[in-house]
Parts: sequence; C-alpha cells; structure tokens
Amino acid sequence: MKPDKHRPTVGIFKFASCDGCQLTLLDCEDDLLAVAGAVDIRYFPEASRNIGKGPFDIAFVEGSITTHHDADRIQQIRRQARILIALGACATAGGIQALRNWHDSGEYVRQVYAKPDYISTLKTSTPVAEHVPIDYELRGCPVQKTHFLEIVCALLTGRRPQLPLASLCIECKRKGNTCLLVASSEPCLGPATQAGCGAICPAMGRACYGCFGPHENANAPALAKRFREDGMSEPDLQRAFRTYNAWAWQFRKASEEVET
Amino acid sequence: MKPAAPPVAAQSGQAHAGSARVTVETIARIEGEGALHVRLKGERIQDLRLEIPEPPRLFEAFLRGRRAEEAVDITARICGICPVAYQMSAAHAIERAWGIAIDPQVRALRRLLYCAEWIESHALHIYFLHAPDFLGYQDAFEMAAKYRPEVERALRLKKLGNTIMRVLGGREIHPVSLRVGGFHHVPSKRDLQPLLEELKWGLEAACETARLVNTFPFPNFQLDYEFVALWHPDEYPLNEGRIASSLGLDLDVEAFEEHFLEQHVRHSNALHSVLRERGSYHVGPLARFNLNCGKLPPRAREVARECGLEPPVRNPFRSIVVRAVELAFACEESLRLIGGYEPPARPCAPYQRRAGTGVAATEAPRGLLFHRYTIDETGLILSSKIVPPTAQNLKRIEDDLWGYLPQILDAPVEEITWRAEQAIRNYDPCISCATHFLKVRVTHEE
Repeated sequence: MKPDKHRPTVGIFKFASCDGCQLTLLDCEDDLLAVAGAVDIRYFPEASRNIGKGPFDIAFVEGSITTHHDADRIQQIRRQARILIALGACATAGGIQALRNWHDSGEYVRQVYAKPDYISTLKTSTPVAEHVPIDYELRGCPVQKTHFLEIVCALLTGRRPQLPLASLCIECKRKGNTCLLVASSEPCLGPATQAGCGAICPAMGRACYGCFGPHENANAPALAKRFREDGMSEPDLQRAFRTYNAWAWQFRKASEEVET
Repeated sequence: MKPAAPPVAAQSGQAHAGSARVTVETIARIEGEGALHVRLKGERIQDLRLEIPEPPRLFEAFLRGRRAEEAVDITARICGICPVAYQMSAAHAIERAWGIAIDPQVRALRRLLYCAEWIESHALHIYFLHAPDFLGYQDAFEMAAKYRPEVERALRLKKLGNTIMRVLGGREIHPVSLRVGGFHHVPSKRDLQPLLEELKWGLEAACETARLVNTFPFPNFQLDYEFVALWHPDEYPLNEGRIASSLGLDLDVEAFEEHFLEQHVRHSNALHSVLRERGSYHVGPLARFNLNCGKLPPRAREVARECGLEPPVRNPFRSIVVRAVELAFACEESLRLIGGYEPPARPCAPYQRRAGTGVAATEAPRGLLFHRYTIDETGLILSSKIVPPTAQNLKRIEDDLWGYLPQILDAPVEEITWRAEQAIRNYDPCISCATHFLKVRVTHEE
C-alpha cells in the first residue's frame, strides 16, 4: 500500500453477528479520529449515512454467513476488496450461531419463530474463509482494539502486522497468573486457545473459555483427554468446545470425538 | 453554541407533487441492519413497513441443553452494544429460579457495571448516532470538523464507561467477571478509587451534553404513548423492580408474558411485541424518565429541570435530552456506588442447581429486557425466552412514522428520508438485539 498521499479506502461490512467487533473499532477512543483521518471510510453504515461504493483497499468483515443473500454478498465484497480482513469469532469461525451446524436448523427456526415460512436461512453458519479467500483475520469474541490498530498501522506503513499466534498460556505465564489447569484442575481452554485477550479470565481466577479460538498448533483432543481425566462428563466436554469458535476445526474435532 | 439548521438534504430532483418514488438503501447509524419501506400516494401513506433482514441467529434454540450458568456469557453475544444487560437479565432470572440471594455489595457492584454500560452506550448514541441528524451531518467524523471539542468529549465519556467496564469486567465488550450467584472476581476499594476523578468530570460533561442537545431543533410532534419501564420504590431502575406503565400497569416480572405478546410479521426477522390489550408501547429512556424521574439523584434531576423536562415527555425526538440526563444519572450513581463500596465477603453466593423456571427484567440502555429460563433438575436449560427492548419498540416505531411522516410529506424526498431515519433513531434501535436496521425506501404511487 502506498504510504503517502493516497488514503486507502475502507469498508466495514456486517453479516450475522452482535456488532461488538464493529463497536470495538469505535472503542478506539484515543485513536479514532486519527484513524478516521488516515483512511477514507467509504462504507460503515453503523457509524455513517455516507453509503459509498467500492472498490475498497481494505474491507473489514464482521459476522458469519447464514443466508443465501449473504453468501452472494460476501462474493461481491471480495470482488471489490484488495485486502479482506475477517473480524472476530463469527467471521473467522462461524460464531456461536454455528451451533446450528450440528442440528436441524429447520427445527431451530420453528423453535424461535411462530411462522417459520417467513424465515429464510441457511442450514449452517460458516466463517468467511469458507466462502472466499481472506487476507488476514483478527480473532476474538470480540476482537481486541489493539489488534485492530496494529493491522491498520501495518497496512498504512506497508509492513506485516504482528499479531499473537501462540497459545494463551504464553500470555498467561507472562502475566504471572497461577495456572488454573495445573494448580486446581479447572477446565481451562488456554492451552488450545490463541493468545491475544491478555488472559483476562485466568487473571480473575476463571478458566479460559476459548473466545479467541484455537491457535494454529492446538491439540484440542489432547486437552479434552486431560479434562476427562479430571472428571469432566462427556456432555460438559462437548459444551466446553462448542461455544463461540465451535466450528473452528480443532475445537470441532475435539467436540465430535466426544459424540462417538 | 448555536445549532446548525436542521438537515436540508440535496434535492433529489424528484418532486413530491403527485407521485414519485424515493429509495434509500441503508438506514445508517443504528446497531444492526434494517430497512424502511414507505409507499405514498399523493400525500397519503399507503403502506409502511420496517423491514428487518438481519439474519436470525436462533439463540433460544441453541440455548436448550446448555448449562444455565452458560446463558450469562452466551446471551451477551446477542448484542455487543449492551452485553451487560443480557448478562444481568440472564443471571437474575437463573438466580430467581434457584432461589439465590445476592450479597448487597455484589448487587451494588452489578449496578456499577450496568452504569458503565449506560455511560458507554448513551454517549455513543447521543453523539455518534443521533446528534448528526440534528446538526445536519452524515456522521460524527464529519461533525468533528466543526464540533471537535464536542466529539472529543463524546469519546472521553465513552472511554469513561469502557474504563469502568474494564476494571470490573476485564474488557469493554462481553466482560468476563459476572456469573450466576455474583462475580468470578471483585475489585478492591483501591481498584475503584482512580475512577472517581474521571467520573466527576463525566458528571459535568454529561450535564454539558444535556444543555447542548437541549438547544437542538425539535420537530413539533408528540403522541400519547403507553410508557413501560421497571419501577423501583427507592432507586432509578436498572437491575430490578416491578413492571409499570403510564396507563397503570403494575406487575411482578412473573406476569410479563400474561400481558405482553410477541407477534411474528412477514417483513421482519425480529418479533414485534405488543400489549395484549392495547397494542404498541414505548420502552427506553423516555419511559424510564416519565415513570421514575422522582428517583433521579440531585444533579441529574437539576439538569433535567434546567432542560425543561417535565413528565410526561411525549416528544420522541427529545429522547436525546433524556438520554443525556440518564448519562448524568449513570455518572452520579457510579460516584455514589464507589463511595459506599466495600468488597463483599464472598464474590459468589453458594447455590444448588434445581429444576424450575426463573424470569427477570432489567433496564438495558434501550429499554426493558426480559428473560425467562426453564431449567431441569441437572441444571440444563429446557427452554428460554428473550424479549429485547428493540423488539418491543419496533411496532411503536412503525406507529410513530405513521403519525410523523404526514407532517413532512411536502418536503423533498431526500429530506423525508432523513427525517424518517432520525425518527427511527429516536429509539436507538439495536437490530442485532431484535433479531436474535436500516434501508429506507419511500415509494410514491401513481
């Protein structure tokens, strides 16, 4: 990306999600006006009435793909975007709504809506990368604002973004937290989870629940084995891996091994 | 400061005389996505629909078979703007089902956490989502060119709410400290002390905000709403209370579903709530203020008086002023809560899981949020019901537009559109919540 003169055009798009990742961008209170000045925000309906058209240098995509319409829309966005960044657990792993992927989604719709015929939805909730190639992903439910700022700065200056890729344990050790898994046999997902949140749950004495999803080399089934040895029931084991990143393959594998 | 003239949009070139078609693809500056379709014939509205295409996420379906304790974190994911509201309603409902009594200091801390969310959410809506309508800007970034100090004030207020959230909950969105029975972790008195200075500034800034938005030009429009909000004998409502209405409803939360009904309409993936007897109703800051303004603490009450707010406030456009008064309330209340805080002996009450049903309603920034859970003897959720504030306001918003649009139909199409959006934004709608919005299309018929 050219460092000067040219302000990159940015679009921020929403699919099935809670809006929390977009809000994280607005939560960059100290840097928001600087960022908004350094880029040309063309499409950000949550914040602006200016509804501009592509192409976009950078497209941030929040949310998972759950409808036919959205499956088409993500293709259009990809065609218009030079760099596409998946934002948060819904976009990178299908989100909590991916729990439908193991169930009869028709039955799910009937459960919630009085007139299911009015509802048009896909049987699955899937991450953006299952539909189009993506260039970067920011993990988390929600994403970290420091990661968002890092990726924006990196793209503006033409360097590679530096984002944490190790397991949460690294971050947790650095903070000096007592290990919940080792010291008190708490079912902590930290060993299989990607760092980035600042180990906020273990810092509160609470086991990590994996909202940043599995890190690249995560061995989730091995962690499941450890939980089992510590006395966790099979259904609880399955629930532990089936939350906000349930459809990420490492967590999926661990949870499906429970079923058999 | 003198407000700019009300938004005068570029002429669309399509005259209002006779029949024409107006299309706006996306209603911006709301949380989530939706559309408004208006069909006009001459100066009469033929049809009007708030369309909610936001994809359904089916929370009530996948909550079945989850541990009741998990509902606190799972339902937070319905809304990134008001996760604390979901966490609170879920925790309270389950505590009610299991008969858990909450330590008074835990209760105070929960109230503080809720205030933090109100500060963040109200500052965001007042300055970033709604004020640009009154001042004639597309967004707050544009507004910052002329109103830089005000936008910076907004960001500092937002940051204040977020800072409290981070101290209590570990992070700004989907905080991780709240649990059934209390908290995973509670702060020390020393953790909270550094917040006091900024909260004192926040209270002044909120009062300034109220004075500023009170100078905005308000359309001359008011309706006889039925206002519905929590009511508490001793405090401005947040976490608990009876459900009250301006037409005399006074219910235990248990009775909510006997009086309120969710309807499924074709054009919306969000259900519409109505009062069984009387149809649409109004939840949110106006309702809370009109039913509870006597409970506001002194500074918030004073600034309300200064702004000429007398209950009942029935002009929905003035909700921005009420929201600013509530922003002052949330700062003032936070100061009081921190002043009286002593860490509870136990962050979390011991409890036993059992079969039962529990309900709770709390006041999300946008209004009443109802949860019900039925739980089996092992602590798993059998069924649940979640009624978010925006679902309760959707029918009301449609009804407002039926009343309001005829006043402005002689304006150019672009302006009708913008005004319609502004009227929708009076409710700070959160479509992510409601589907668990916005394209505007105005069509003139031959």
